[in-house]
Amino acid sequence: MAVGKVTFSKVEREKLAEVLWLLNWISVVTGTILFGLGLFLRVEIHKWQEVMSEQGILYVPHMLITTGLAACCINFFGGKICLDCADTNKFLRWKLVMMPYIICTFFFTSCVLAGALMCYGIRSQMEESLFMGLRNAMRYYKDTDTPGRCNLKRTVDLLQIQFQCCGNTGYRDWFQIQWISSRYLDMSSSAVVDRMRSNVEGKYLMDGVPFSCCSTFSPWPCIQHHLSTSSTQDEQSQQLNLWRRGCRQALLDHYTGIMQSIGLTVLLIWLFELLVLTGVRYLQTAMENVLRLGDPESESDGWILENSLAETARSNFNIIKNLGKCYQVDDDPNINVPTAAAEEELPS
Amino acid sequence: MPFMPVKFNLQRRVKLAQGLWMLYWFSVIAGILIFSLGIFFKIELRKRSEMMDNNESHLVPNLLILVGLLACGLNAFGGKVCHDSLDPIKFSKWKPMLKTYLLLCCGFNVLLVLVSLLCFLMQFSVYLTLAEGLSYAIRFYKDTDTPGRCFMKRTLDMTQIEFHCCGNNNFRDWFEVQWISNRYLDMSNDVVKDRVLSNVEGKYLMDSVPFSCCNPGSPRPCIQHHLTNNSAHYDYDHRTEELNIWTRGCLEALFSYYSSLMSSIGVFVLFAIILESVDMAGLKYLSTALETMAEPENPECESEGWLLEKGVKETFSDLLTKLKTLGRTNQVEGGDAPEANT
Repeated sequence: MAVGKVTFSKVEREKLAEVLWLLNWISVVTGTILFGLGLFLRVEIHKWQEVMSEQGILYVPHMLITTGLAACCINFFGGKICLDCADTNKFLRWKLVMMPYIICTFFFTSCVLAGALMCYGIRSQMEESLFMGLRNAMRYYKDTDTPGRCNLKRTVDLLQIQFQCCGNTGYRDWFQIQWISSRYLDMSSSAVVDRMRSNVEGKYLMDGVPFSCCSTFSPWPCIQHHLSTSSTQDEQSQQLNLWRRGCRQALLDHYTGIMQSIGLTVLLIWLFELLVLTGVRYLQTAMENVLRLGDPESESDGWILENSLAETARSNFNIIKNLGKCYQVDDDPNINVPTAAAEEELPS
Repeated sequence: MPFMPVKFNLQRRVKLAQGLWMLYWFSVIAGILIFSLGIFFKIELRKRSEMMDNNESHLVPNLLILVGLLACGLNAFGGKVCHDSLDPIKFSKWKPMLKTYLLLCCGFNVLLVLVSLLCFLMQFSVYLTLAEGLSYAIRFYKDTDTPGRCFMKRTLDMTQIEFHCCGNNNFRDWFEVQWISNRYLDMSNDVVKDRVLSNVEGKYLMDSVPFSCCNPGSPRPCIQHHLTNNSAHYDYDHRTEELNIWTRGCLEALFSYYSSLMSSIGVFVLFAIILESVDMAGLKYLSTALETMAEPENPECESEGWLLEKGVKETFSDLLTKLKTLGRTNQVEGGDAPEANT
């Protein structure tokens, strides 16, 4: 009982081969799109890599890039095969390659699906990475003279300006770290020394934020210092002066948006690839049946699976079991010698 | 004696027609590019029209849009003519229009030269408009409650952040205007009152700049206030400090952006002029080659093509006499009437 059996006449087979050739070429284009999307995501992540604590997120764009390249190659090869399949003589060339090609394409298509699902599933990992990364970036904001960290101040300032955000969760995160380097603090001033001594870890904390937290939408000049004791405005109107959003949320929204659109596109590409794979399978089975029948002009059946799903699974399982058995010795002439036949021979 | 004659056989005519058809389609693409450059330039001017006091001249982008559309139309027509040129029946449709078409192309080329010149010369106008507009922008920075100017602060802040600049010519322009509105000054404070009273016009001036002048690349947190007072900050010398705030003026920054944009558009229009001239020359050769075929029925025959039927000097003198006679036909020829009577 074949799964998805369809009968093809000669004309239909040729038409199927032509359509599949065209679809394979479209798949090459979608493969390049996939590659481009992976590259785009890689560049976007690279832009703000300094505020992400782990680089494990990079496996998503790398997966998309490799899958895109693989799509181009596989579909290019597939297009060539499908073009030849219209003619039974040329099909003989590809007969042995077809089955491995289809299995390869099936695995590759599942990789595309995995890539699409990864795009949706990475949000929590990204949030964690951004939280730790931003916390470290803010902590090292003042270390503009430490090699390896001298650009962090600039990166954080540009991040806050571009994404219109302040701090990790909000602007109060800046109150908890020393973001002014000790090099620029007048240690001879009693006010400075008092403040540092009053802190347990000897840090110079203040209720001020860097200039990049200033909102351009605010109608009045930016107040960045003495935020807790500001007497000219009340708490509510003060909110307008600085960016209200935290940078973690801003970056997360930005990347989630990108990844969701990429994920959707990859899902559509996966559906298209699945369609092409089904077509190729039908073409392969139809051509094999034509060869089996011997008459190139006759009708033949095409299917997805020759037997039902359960039987195919069972037979494949047996093949795998027997693969293991072929390494065992079981044709030794010295065992299983029939003793009854030997006894019969002796008296006569 | 024709000017620059070239002999053509069938193959060369066919090659010329095909090559010219390709070239006309390139010219259509060039026309589309000029059109989009015009639109882009218009949008860029609109985006920052507040910095130019809404006074900027849109002559150049409007001309570019017009010229782009004209180029598309003319070159598409030229392409069609070339496509039909090898079929005598179709070509005879277009033959009478060719002379007018070539004259139109000539005129269009002159227009392109004019546009290219304007692209380079109008930069002066942009500079002056920017200088005036920016000084107004700095003056009205604090007026966030005046209708028509409430977004000036935001636009100027974003311009300074985007173009890495501060003030009109440099950051000291901010010292000369009151950029903090009176609404946000605590008038009960003695320091504030003293400062306001010490100024002739009653303005609250200080040696500070807005936060948008801050340079994120500075190793120390931004110093915006008391910029010229070295003792107000630890380890600070305003004469040697270069990274704290942007040192470039917004006039210079914006002008260099617009001038590079206009110069590149001007160069591209020059390239389009060259392309158009080559098109015209090619079409003239093709049309003359097709006209001078000895046997119109036999496509294999040889023919000659040229740019001008007579030499350059002769063509010019012919043109001048034609213009003179055009002038004379408008006068009443009274001399002929008495002769006709006798």
